[in-house]
Amino acid sequence: MAQKWTNYKAHQKLVNPSNKRKLDIIVVGTGLAGASAAASFGEMGFNVKVFTIQDSPRRAHSIAAQGGINAAKNYPNDGDSVYRLFYDTVKGGDYRAREANVYRLAEVSNSIIDQCVAQGVPFAREYGGLLDNRSFGGAQVSRTFYAKGQTGQQLLLGAYQALMRQVELKTVKLYTRNELVNIVMVDGKARGIISRDLVTGKTQRHFGHAVVLATGGYGNTFFLSTNAMGSNGSAALQAYKKGAMFANPCFAQIHPTCIPVHGEFQSKLTLMSESLRNDGRIWVPKKKEDAEAIRAGKLKPTQIAEEDRDYYLERRYPAFGNLVPRDVASRAAKERCDAGYGVGNTGLAVYLDFKESIERLGEDTIRARYGNLFQMYEKIVDDNPYDTPMMIYPAIHYTMGGIWVDYELQTSVPGLFCAGEANFSDHGANRLGASALMQGLADGYFVLPYTIQNYLADDIRTPRMSGDEKEFVEAEKESQDRLNKLLSIKGQRSVDSIHKELGLIMWDFVGMARNKEGLQNAIEKIRAVKKEFWSNVRIPGSNDGMNIELEKANRLADFIEIGELMALDALNREESCGGHFREEHQTEEGEALRHDDQYAYVSCWEYKGDNQEPELHKEELKYEEIQLVQRNYK
Amino acid sequence: MEKTLNLTLKVWKQNGPREKGRFETYKVSNISVDSSFLEMMDILNEQLINEGKEPVAFDHDCREGICGMCSLYINGRPHGPDDDVTTCQLHMRKFKDGETIIIEPWRSAGFPVIKDLIVDRTAFDKIIAAGGYVSVNTGGVPDANALPIPKPDADEAMDAASCIGCGACVAACKNGSAMLFVSAKVSQLALLPQGRVEAARRAKNMVARMDELGFGNCTNTGACEVECPKGISLSNISRLNREFLTAKIKD
Ligand SMILES: Cc1cc2nc3c(=O)[nH]c(=O)nc-3n(C[C@H](O)[C@H](O)[C@H](O)COP(=O)(O)OP(=O)(O)OC[C@H]3O[C@@H](n4cnc5c(N)ncnc54)[C@H](O)[C@@H]3O)c2cc1C
Ligand code: SF4
Ligand code: FES
Repeated sequence: MAQKWTNYKAHQKLVNPSNKRKLDIIVVGTGLAGASAAASFGEMGFNVKVFTIQDSPRRAHSIAAQGGINAAKNYPNDGDSVYRLFYDTVKGGDYRAREANVYRLAEVSNSIIDQCVAQGVPFAREYGGLLDNRSFGGAQVSRTFYAKGQTGQQLLLGAYQALMRQVELKTVKLYTRNELVNIVMVDGKARGIISRDLVTGKTQRHFGHAVVLATGGYGNTFFLSTNAMGSNGSAALQAYKKGAMFANPCFAQIHPTCIPVHGEFQSKLTLMSESLRNDGRIWVPKKKEDAEAIRAGKLKPTQIAEEDRDYYLERRYPAFGNLVPRDVASRAAKERCDAGYGVGNTGLAVYLDFKESIERLGEDTIRARYGNLFQMYEKIVDDNPYDTPMMIYPAIHYTMGGIWVDYELQTSVPGLFCAGEANFSDHGANRLGASALMQGLADGYFVLPYTIQNYLADDIRTPRMSGDEKEFVEAEKESQDRLNKLLSIKGQRSVDSIHKELGLIMWDFVGMARNKEGLQNAIEKIRAVKKEFWSNVRIPGSNDGMNIELEKANRLADFIEIGELMALDALNREESCGGHFREEHQTEEGEALRHDDQYAYVSCWEYKGDNQEPELHKEELKYEEIQLVQRNYK
Repeated sequence: MEKTLNLTLKVWKQNGPREKGRFETYKVSNISVDSSFLEMMDILNEQLINEGKEPVAFDHDCREGICGMCSLYINGRPHGPDDDVTTCQLHMRKFKDGETIIIEPWRSAGFPVIKDLIVDRTAFDKIIAAGGYVSVNTGGVPDANALPIPKPDADEAMDAASCIGCGACVAACKNGSAMLFVSAKVSQLALLPQGRVEAARRAKNMVARMDELGFGNCTNTGACEVECPKGISLSNISRLNREFLTAKIKD
């Protein structure tokens, strides 16, 4: 295992410099994964076209990541190593990730930090001038590098700047406000995409010897999530429809520390970084009558005496305490609220309290660590977290599932690669904090630049296509037909109203706790939403020019199908693991109960046509390095 | 009881860069003071769609003040009547019942209107492309801890790097200058040893690109600093001017 990546690199095929210029690569997405890949391909001498739906690559959703990025540097000398990062990631993922990919991820993690520092990413430092680390959920070492509460922003700006340097050097051509609407297949290989210019409404055909999707996760299937408003699953779903398998769609992560929902007009949920759990303690009142008084506005949290507070994570998991993995922390919050101990006016909130840390470290230290998060909270909730505990509740945050890829990050469609959150590869059934940034940059800077060459080396004699070939023309027509069809429905309901309906079904039945009956029910309901959408959505305006409702409708059509796929997958997986909790499968203490004898596999779903059940393929997970055990954070 | 507001909105509508725009007046009612400004805009759009009309186009994405996508000139202020926030972080508790709110796009020669409240800010990307980076390729770089950096320098670089590229500084400036934006990037990189090497050249190239793209001159009015949602300091402009001079002297 430890030698696998080194051996791969030593024996893979390479493309010589003069041939690189003859090869075109399309990269869709400019988040950490896409921007880092596109910049690196450009530096290597390939011809790159890169697409993003935002007005600038710098605005990709990766910008919002707060907490940090993991690496096995072991700078604090607290016993970290590549093996331990690998082990923690596999364990954190509840033993549903592919060992070889995770090992490689841990192995390249250190190079990421070196690269980012060289780019001028201003990571936090200690007084001695060296890099500072903090700890994150699911680990007993401090291996998380951070830049205030804006780590994703700084890493993305580093990758974005590297990308803009290549744009200036003309190795990369940038298409902003441009959305992938179709993937073009020629002789069984991905050879291009159809894009739609969101300003003019016009579609365009683009050829590439290879296509990389780095389009992020599909958490917005739930309508309310911590994802940016534009995050979507459309590129992944289009790939699925062209033959790429969709893996583990039901593995979605619910993040424990988000600002609770405040009303039905709410448009998104705001995450409060998990790093807050380093210094904040989570609690609810011990007595039901206190919780009731708080909900009625008669008591304040600061009036509850120390002995009347239930620090339930510290009580249930003394070894990890407030730093248990996200799925564990989320379910524990739900458990307390369902039992009637929740706070806030809805009862769907718990406290995250900094009083003790402020006493111990001083307000200035806490401000230096989390100042921007506290400010964000105060602006939203109108409460000062330095004086009164924050209120938090779990929300949908990240999707571990995604397009299936092999060790080379190639999908089941030759020539189509997938990186970052859009693929399924490294996090199993649950992702540890600070590991998504690591994975996105690992894929883009240090994996794809090697593996894509191994593929392209066989393509040096394939001439560029003009985009006038019948496959391109047909794919473009297919997309235009769909857009026209959407516009012709002229129904009664707005896109958002239908999306909210889908979101509620997902949250109620395919959310934090799932069961057979609920999932069957959800599938029926999602199919009804699909029918409603295709017969009753109302999209004002036309297809020539900017039309935001049309953009949203086009994405919602895909979210509905992803929702159904998530429910189907959750129904199939008769076990609990990581973010997937089936109520029928729990231990006596209410912890997730895996069934390794039956479900130690990746569910890979193959598209079989509209309104047909997809076919399930299983990739068995063989563990050579790590022994499967029940996760234990006690 | 939850407090709610009834409001009159005067919103800029414009079909494209070359078309003439106009204000449209809309009414919204029962807006919770706890909703965000953009949620209020969502409610307006839902209302318009239900009436069979085209919604108002505005830019937004993260809705948590970090992507820099949202804009809006609200009652004469970029990002509206609250300090240190972006429009998406502005909440309706900052407004009064019965108020009329005027909502316009960024207005600046460097940012042409695309539609309604959406403007084209690709000029910022072009300025970054002119030199807003350290010229290193992927791989072959030294260990991250090979070069210690004094904490105060790293912290100052981080403050400058907090710029979200929203363009409020340009919108606030009577000259339409992009100096605060440019100086934030120049400062961040000049403060770190990795970026120091190219500091003078970077300053010169980025300023030249800014001038080419139609942004105005900086006359030190300080309006940009006041409206910047991320507290980017004017001292960055002084640093930029120093780097720029060094570059000129070398020429
Ligand atoms: C609030 C928040 C905080 C987080 N904090 C952390 C953290 O501290 N540590 C950590 O490790 N992870 C964190 N994460 C997770 C992490 O940020 C993401 O998983 C990761 O950034 C995803 O990167 P990506 O490159 O795969 O995709 P994204 O950054 O989502 O980028 C997707 C790109 O694809 C483009 N795109 C999408 N669809 C299309 C289309 N159809 N056509 C063309 N382009 C398209 C978009 O324009 C964008 O450029 C956080 C996530 C959130 C929501
Ligand atoms: S300097 Fe401030 S106002 Fe200007 S773009 Fe950056 S964040 Fe926005
Ligand atoms: S929407 Fe991202 S900063 Fe406002």
